[in-house]
Amino acid sequence: MNRLVWRRWKSRIMVGLMVAAVVVAVAPLLLILGTLIARGAGSINFEFFTALPVPAGETGGGVAHAIVGTLMMVGVAALIGLPIGIGAGMFCAEFPRNRLATVARFVADVMNGTPSIVIGVVAWTMIVARQKHFSGLAGSVALAMIMIPMVMRTTEEMIKLVPHSLREAALALGYPRWRTSVSVVVRTCLPGIVTGSLLAIARVAGETAPLLFTALGSQYMSRDLNQPMAALPLTVFTYATGPYDDWHRIAWATALVLIMVVLTLSLLARLATRQRFDVRQ
Amino acid sequence: MSANSLMTPATVSLPDPAPVPASGRELIRATDLTAFYGTFAAVKHVTLGFEANRVHALIGPSGCGKSTFLRTLNRMHEVVGGHVTGRVVLGQDDIYGSRVSLTQLRRRVGMVFQKPTPFPTMSIYQNVAAGLKVGARHNRAEIDAIVERALQQAGLWNEVKDRLRQSAVALSGGQQQRLCIARTIAPSPEVILLDEPTASLDPQGTQRIEELLFNLKQQFTIIIVTHNMQQAARVSDTTTFFYLGTMVETGATKQIFTAPTQERTEAYITGRFG
Repeated sequence: MNRLVWRRWKSRIMVGLMVAAVVVAVAPLLLILGTLIARGAGSINFEFFTALPVPAGETGGGVAHAIVGTLMMVGVAALIGLPIGIGAGMFCAEFPRNRLATVARFVADVMNGTPSIVIGVVAWTMIVARQKHFSGLAGSVALAMIMIPMVMRTTEEMIKLVPHSLREAALALGYPRWRTSVSVVVRTCLPGIVTGSLLAIARVAGETAPLLFTALGSQYMSRDLNQPMAALPLTVFTYATGPYDDWHRIAWATALVLIMVVLTLSLLARLATRQRFDVRQ
Repeated sequence: MSANSLMTPATVSLPDPAPVPASGRELIRATDLTAFYGTFAAVKHVTLGFEANRVHALIGPSGCGKSTFLRTLNRMHEVVGGHVTGRVVLGQDDIYGSRVSLTQLRRRVGMVFQKPTPFPTMSIYQNVAAGLKVGARHNRAEIDAIVERALQQAGLWNEVKDRLRQSAVALSGGQQQRLCIARTIAPSPEVILLDEPTASLDPQGTQRIEELLFNLKQQFTIIIVTHNMQQAARVSDTTTFFYLGTMVETGATKQIFTAPTQERTEAYITGRFG
């Protein structure tokens, strides 16, 4: 009996430790959200989303230029990065022992661990240094370079989760290999690929370092990808390190908008993994 | 599965009297067929023909090569990296010929697997119609008619006709397997290969599938791999016994189960090994 009591207590202690670990793990997100809402929510109003910055010293103004800049640059980065990443991931999954696939997998793993500021410098060398001016496009390319290895690896992992028996069933029906891959295998794991893509978009939407050397940032509304562009993370960086109280207020509010964008994308990713069919009868 | 030890030849119930006219037309024939995984020969020098509109059973202990042999008949053996020597002729065509389209071959030789494999992203209707998406074009009305007929033939129509647009994975295991049969017969293949189609089903699901085979052989030539010798005895017209990659004996099912000529066959069907 004594032993049973001790076991129960042992179980309670271990469960307690694990609950504590979960709380500690979740706490930072809650702290971040709480701080941002406390400091930034008061500054968010309609003007904040539609107006441009006002000269230093004046109060008011908004970050419309940064919202447009982030949307455009991340959008173009997704247009470049998703097809390449998903295509490369499909190749690695379809031809797992191919030498090119082995090399690509290794390179992607290295790239995933590469600090994003290094990727910014590379994009600077490739585009900005040659064109001799900063541009939103260079920013998009830098962001795409971060997305490609992420999307590639998640696509490959998702495809590998599809049972081999489904592939065989399609082949046995007379599906050509490409059609088996596209309309059965990829179709089956599409929610996973969409999730991976959305998470990659969310990740690069918050990237600052690669944009410092490429898009540079701007105080004006710029819809030209060939010109320097503003972005939400760059705006946070600029305003948070500036000398004016009103700038700090805008930095908090911008950070709140940014994290809301990232949270929304993550929630969309959760929705995408839902079953397409209602399995319950 | 201990069916082997549960039975002796005396207890085997046979589809009586199994009509096997000798004048049947041979539809598919393997000649000196050897199938390799790498350098290992899983099937060795098998020469075996199958008459049209019959149910042919392939039996033998695990690892005897019967499934591998089955998969050489629609060239699915190559999907897992295997290769073969020898010939397989379907009708007039050498299926290992250099100009053979795998797509067209597999439309002529359909296959049902051990575990039901409905496509999870497709509805019941789309699953049955899946094989019609490749090859000859069909209009909507034709596809509707083919899907209904295939589901009728697979004995599933009455159970699913009101929920054709629902997910196929909501069906029970036995229903899923009959759905896979419907999907396989929808493009009207000549031969249907069944690789232990009832191994993952309960007795009722098994019985439904066995009953189907009697009707399906009117239109198709059926080759079924089974671990269950009572099943082979119940459903098949001819039976072939494989052991260690070689074909030991083939003949009319009744003869194989009552008067085998090879001692190893008798030892296997009476449950002395395997």
